[in-house]
Amino acid sequence: MRLKRSMRWEARTLAPIISLFLLIVGTALVVPGFLKLSIVDGHIYGSLIDILHRSTPTALIALGMAVVIGTKGIDLSVGAIIAICGAVTAVLTASTELHPLIVLGCAVLVGMVCGLWNGTLVAVFGIQPIVATLILMVAGRGIAQMITGGQIVTFHSDFINAIGNGFFMGLPARVVLAAVIIAITVLVLRKTALGMFLEAVGGNSETSRLVGIDSKLLILMVYVFSGFCAALAGVIIAADIRGADANNAGLWLELDAILAVVIAGASLSGGRIYLGLTIVGALIIQTLTTAILTSGLPAQYNLIVKASIILLVLLLQSKVTQDFIKARVQSFRRASDA
Amino acid sequence: MLNERYLPVIATLLVFILLYGYGMVEYKGFRDTLVFTNLLTDNAFLIVTAVGMSFVIISGGIDLSVGSMIAFVGVLLAYLITGLGIHPVYAAIIALFTATFFGMVMGVIIAYFEIQPFIVTLAGLFLFRGLAYMINLNSVPIDHELLVTLSEIYVPLPGRGGLTFIAMAMLALLAIGVVVAKRTRFGLNVYAVGGDVQSAALMGVPVKSTLVRIYALSGLYSGAAGVIFAIYTGSAYPLAAVGVELDAIAAVVIGGTLLTGGVGFVFGAFLGALIQGIIQTLIIFDGSLNSWWTKVAIGALLLMFILMQKAIVHFSRRYSGKNPEPPEQPAMEKVETT
Repeated sequence: MRLKRSMRWEARTLAPIISLFLLIVGTALVVPGFLKLSIVDGHIYGSLIDILHRSTPTALIALGMAVVIGTKGIDLSVGAIIAICGAVTAVLTASTELHPLIVLGCAVLVGMVCGLWNGTLVAVFGIQPIVATLILMVAGRGIAQMITGGQIVTFHSDFINAIGNGFFMGLPARVVLAAVIIAITVLVLRKTALGMFLEAVGGNSETSRLVGIDSKLLILMVYVFSGFCAALAGVIIAADIRGADANNAGLWLELDAILAVVIAGASLSGGRIYLGLTIVGALIIQTLTTAILTSGLPAQYNLIVKASIILLVLLLQSKVTQDFIKARVQSFRRASDA
Repeated sequence: MLNERYLPVIATLLVFILLYGYGMVEYKGFRDTLVFTNLLTDNAFLIVTAVGMSFVIISGGIDLSVGSMIAFVGVLLAYLITGLGIHPVYAAIIALFTATFFGMVMGVIIAYFEIQPFIVTLAGLFLFRGLAYMINLNSVPIDHELLVTLSEIYVPLPGRGGLTFIAMAMLALLAIGVVVAKRTRFGLNVYAVGGDVQSAALMGVPVKSTLVRIYALSGLYSGAAGVIFAIYTGSAYPLAAVGVELDAIAAVVIGGTLLTGGVGFVFGAFLGALIQGIIQTLIIFDGSLNSWWTKVAIGALLLMFILMQKAIVHFSRRYSGKNPEPPEQPAMEKVETT
């Protein structure tokens, strides 16, 4: 029994990693020079680095989303939070003389306040997460437009632009930033009991309350963390285009983030947090996009491919399919035993 | 005694009357019937979408694919009419069949593979938008004399107002929706499934086929909304109706349907969509406010109604002496056929 469980666990873990590997190899066969890395002016360039660069916002949001989904929640408002925090960054940089670090701090703070709002609705008022975060999803872009005055605010700040497009030790600065955040999150969740508590809350909130876990506080914190991640992604996206577009910044990014979490094998009904695999999921999504674009397929295939992959993963993950496979394997074993 | 189930709808009606009354007192032009009939015409596609969404939400599910479906149906119509030269009536029938079929497929995946409706319809959102892109990337006019004839149909009312064809089509679809929900076996089954899947299954409600039909119905209604939208704008654009799914969900919730399922009124969705329309109209009449206030106002209303529902559920459970919060039902997990 014990052996069986650990084996299944490994197959689940390996699937996204193997998919990513196959995807990269496959693309490399179709697109010559896909794997090539070159160093120009001390910075590394290449398609692989480009994938890392572009997947940063998705990876950050997916990180927050993985933790939220682990507690049986969902955060639909991250796209709106991205728009709000991008707007805050752009307006503060363009119209005040504040130090960029303070601007960054303000944007992150605003994102965390948005998360606190979601968390309060979910944890204190007991509203279902889909509904609670829907409110900010509907109103958030309106708020972002109020901040920018309905215009696309452009700005220039060397420090903030460096977050979007700069380099740190040869690697894109935003990739380094995201890697640090991911590493800290993994350390905090896996080296302390926090990760176990969160999975306990996601698995059964009532039982975890009975064993003495303050599930309300944890759920509140989880949404604040998701807001924090979305805020960073918002700053990166705004810094990337040197402006804030309240209507389109981070549009449908929440869906990409959820997709990354699902690819990682986490159930949407909570109880499991796979941080590393979620990042792999985000990389798979970006590699697919890049592969579609560089292989010469029209860009409009992107959405259809994404949709087919979600459906495929979901169907494979579903209990019905797994029971069917299990039954088949068992009958096969019985047949071979006899 | 007044049933507490009617309270949300009555509150919605009050909000609608208050907003309309405010408009009549404040602006002379608002007193004309033209404002009301324009409200019906301009929000026809949203109301039709919301009617379909009501069934989904009453059954405890959610359909995020409706906005993409509207765009897809519009682009498909343009292709069939302008590209292939098919008569608009046949084109509309083909489009409606396609929409119903896609809705049914999503229903099958939700019902028979037991995957959350939220993520399945999310894949649908991607897929239909992608299909719309595949057919056509640009905004194209739909030229046919039938469309001109339809736009000339006009039933004048007292004052300057009058019912357009799409307003009448919307009212007919609304009436059908109300009758189906309240007067047919299928309608009863929808309420039963939304109330408690397990009890519904034990009482002999065909849960799975009901679910399939619900999503097929939502597909049909959002397809019809797509046809109405195409007549309304006289053109097709693959990026049309982005975010309509949120407006439709908001309309249903503001209309007094519980997002947990089991309780709600199709007619409430009509009021909910009209309230959104009236907020927009008021903002246009005011002239000094910007359009993004609409989003914020809708978000605030959404919050108000959700909190009100929460309070009603809480108090009605307390006074009827049942459990204040029954344990959450994992959808259909307990219903084993073996």
